[in-house]
Amino acid sequence: MKKAISLTLVLCACALVFCSPARLPARGSLVHKRAPAFVRRDLSGNRIRLSAYRGKVVLLNFWATWCAPCRLELPRFAAWQRKYKQQGLQVIAISMDDDAEPVRALVRSFALDFPVVMGDAAIGERYGGVLGLPITFLVARDGTIAARLEGESQSVDMEEKLEQLLAQP
Amino acid sequence: MPFQCGCRSLSFAFVFGFLLIFGPALCSGQFSGSAVSASSALSIPQAQIIQPGDLSRILHSRGSAKPLVLQVGSRVMFEQAHIPGAQYAGPGSQPAGLESLAAKVVSLPKDAFVVLYCGCCPWNRCPNVGPAFNQLRQSGFVNVKVLYIASNFGDDWVNKGYSVEKGN
Repeated sequence: MKKAISLTLVLCACALVFCSPARLPARGSLVHKRAPAFVRRDLSGNRIRLSAYRGKVVLLNFWATWCAPCRLELPRFAAWQRKYKQQGLQVIAISMDDDAEPVRALVRSFALDFPVVMGDAAIGERYGGVLGLPITFLVARDGTIAARLEGESQSVDMEEKLEQLLAQP
Repeated sequence: MPFQCGCRSLSFAFVFGFLLIFGPALCSGQFSGSAVSASSALSIPQAQIIQPGDLSRILHSRGSAKPLVLQVGSRVMFEQAHIPGAQYAGPGSQPAGLESLAAKVVSLPKDAFVVLYCGCCPWNRCPNVGPAFNQLRQSGFVNVKVLYIASNFGDDWVNKGYSVEKGN
């Protein structure tokens, strides 16, 4: 029986190691630091300045149209934007696509109602290097990065973190 | 009797552990036996996959033939960091990327050593390397390898300390 228990524990440990979902956070150097400022035009031509959202909780998502996990997350973010808008959530998506056309098409087909801007190497580097997608930063009301989530995140985990941030004054 | 009890417990532990480890994968269809899409990275034969450490050794070794390394993902990511000497070809999941890839290899002999990589997403979710690999094989290239990037280029190449270049 002891052998069985030991074997079970070993297998459970292996399961935890090999079956864990997205790492939270993988590269945490920016966490608890001020979110790097940026000013961009969104796809509609509106000027998007990150600092203008001070006082709101910002979900900043790096993605691309051809990234399958990204495409799963975007409708969820759109739903959260509607659900938590009154509590002060602002979703901003930064596309790492090479061209804006496929981005425009996806934004239309997904009916995304939050700002979508085109990214580049400079903004990627300012955010610690966006060398894998998707990557999501949760920015607290005071402008500091509260979390960096790499890979397809577990929606429950991310929503819990969001709610915690939204509950803070 | 005690022996039987031990066997049962061991069997239970084995089944329980197996389900814990492989249950999520079975549920998600990874090992369900469903056909792997031809465009999936999972369709690339094992013999055509090269590990990061092996590629790094080849690139740094003197005398050995150096491959043409082509990034078949995002230009924005390429500009942030890429394998030294690599060229940007474009996302293999898009027609423009495949056209660009064809142009990159048009003058090469069919036995040229070519390494493709992307690193945008975890290996089993990468939409780019599969189509790029298939195109080169269908074009007659016989010495094409694909760099295995388990999670993403940042974690599996940059953070592992392999050398990188920036810019175009």
